[in-house]
Amino acid sequence: MGRVGTVVAVAGALGVAAARATRTAVSRQRAWRAGPPHRWQVVTVDRPPEQVLPSAVWPEPLRRLDGAVEVTVARAPGGRGTELAARARPHAAWPGLSAHLLGDDPGLLVRRTLWQVKQLAETGEVLRADRAPGERGPVDRPPR
Amino acid sequence: MRALCWTSGGELAVGQVPDPELRNDHDVIVRVRRSATCGADLPLLTGRASGLAAGDVLGHEFLGDVVEVGGGVRRHRVGDRVVVCASVACGACWYCRRGLPSCCDNGSTDPTANEAEWGHPVAGCFGQPRAAGGFAGSHAEYVRVPYADVGAFPVPESVADDRALFASDAAPAGWLGAEGGEVRPGDVVAVWGAGAVGQLAARAAWLLGAERVVVVDRHPARLLMARQHVGVETIDRRDTDVAAQLREFSGGRGPDVCVEAVGGPAGEHLSLADRFTGRAPVPEAVREAVYACRKGGNVFVLNGGTRHVNAFPTGAVVHKGLTVRGGRQHGQRHIPMLLDRMARDELRTEHLATHHFPLDRAVEGYALFRDRPEECLRAVFTPR
Ligand SMILES: NC(=O)c1ccc[n+]([C@@H]2O[C@H](COP(=O)([O-])OP(=O)(O)OC[C@H]3O[C@@H](n4cnc5c(N)ncnc54)[C@H](O)[C@@H]3O)[C@@H](O)[C@H]2O)c1
Ligand SMILES: [Zn+2]
Ligand SMILES: [Zn+2]
Repeated sequence: MGRVGTVVAVAGALGVAAARATRTAVSRQRAWRAGPPHRWQVVTVDRPPEQVLPSAVWPEPLRRLDGAVEVTVARAPGGRGTELAARARPHAAWPGLSAHLLGDDPGLLVRRTLWQVKQLAETGEVLRADRAPGERGPVDRPPR
Repeated sequence: MRALCWTSGGELAVGQVPDPELRNDHDVIVRVRRSATCGADLPLLTGRASGLAAGDVLGHEFLGDVVEVGGGVRRHRVGDRVVVCASVACGACWYCRRGLPSCCDNGSTDPTANEAEWGHPVAGCFGQPRAAGGFAGSHAEYVRVPYADVGAFPVPESVADDRALFASDAAPAGWLGAEGGEVRPGDVVAVWGAGAVGQLAARAAWLLGAERVVVVDRHPARLLMARQHVGVETIDRRDTDVAAQLREFSGGRGPDVCVEAVGGPAGEHLSLADRFTGRAPVPEAVREAVYACRKGGNVFVLNGGTRHVNAFPTGAVVHKGLTVRGGRQHGQRHIPMLLDRMARDELRTEHLATHHFPLDRAVEGYALFRDRPEECLRAVFTPR
């Protein structure tokens, strides 16, 4: 069960959350400059923090990374919603994730996950691709 | 079902693929009535690292009948005749809510795929390489349409298929060229490219109140069509000095608005040396537009097929105080208005459907569109 444990709890104590969020946003800036391999990945979600992480429970796409990432939220400037950031913990164990899902760049997996959380919060669903070419049958050539 | 696919041999073929299925709550499945070729497809077919994989279905300009509806869809019912915006946008993100659906954050099944190329994710598109969203194309019997409440529009009964078809992409693209170039009543407007998009940009300029409109191309037959159907003046670039002619056309001032709607490999100039050294192409039409445009005027670029170029005249942009903008069409915002104009006969597009083929002959249709542009403006496929 993923809880927003490490940094920010959104529900209930929004005032506190916002104050903490500001602090973490600042420290994140520093981390951003520090560069890979454990760079913060950030997306802006056009919804208030309490909708992005409702009841301080991580939405499903993030829950899969529970224990492996740190997460922060900050209010975006100009009423643009929520800046949602995550980064891989050093030496993270990736729960139940096969090597091929993880690839050799955990940052990319974190980033994809953030985009999914954003899609879910903004549109109510995570967009699924049409069947991958590999899933399709072979192309029959028409008789010439 | 049958569909026009890219094959492992790097060519096109009509073959069997699985029927599409509802994958999200806001999806509908459309049975295709008409699907058209587009200049934007041509760069994909040159085989140069297009990103297409075997089995990918092409095509993005289409209309058809709704045959299946996802649980979250509110605006469509089975049996509706709809035209579908060629690009895929969510209607709910910051960009969509500000009327910029082609900048949508959520139009792709893998937003990170665009980040390497453009810096940010952009709206998806049907019938393109996976990086453009992950949505199969419309040269097929059926298509899955995501975010159907946002991107599919019922066609008024009085508007025939061959007219409504162009509301999918070419008409909103043309509209954006004129609107994004901020055409005002009394303006002189020049459009580069007499394809479907260029002709409809010229028509949009008229509708926005332009007083003189000229179209530049190299195919006399296309220019003739623009004169006859859009009522513009034309410049055949093969036998004249385009810049001089545009000066003459605009009292020496230069056009107030220049719209670039050129396509294909013909839109870029590559010398033999460039090819040899792998240098980027020179954007012939954009350069001409920047030099021709009046001081303080607007240049709007619609061709996104040329990814990067050399010899872009930044100095002229600065010294003449130009605004250079680009964009992909915002059909989600413009299609209802365009269908309305089609119903009122203000916007006629059926002349652009110069050739019809059954889907089974789509390969032939593309060959004609690519190799004989002076004859074929758009090949339109009908699955049944
Ligand atoms: N921005 C968008 O949303 C959007 C949507 C659809 C298409 N497009 C783009 O618009 C462009 C036109 O699309 P189309 O379907 O009409 O293509 P098309 O290939 O049918 O027509 C392009 C025309 O440009 C002409 N041309 C080429 N080089 C020229 C030059 N230097 N000067 C003048 N004319 C020149 C060609 O002769 C041709 O007639 C394409 O680049 C396409 O990718 C953009
Ligand atoms: Zn198109
Ligand atoms: Zn959107």
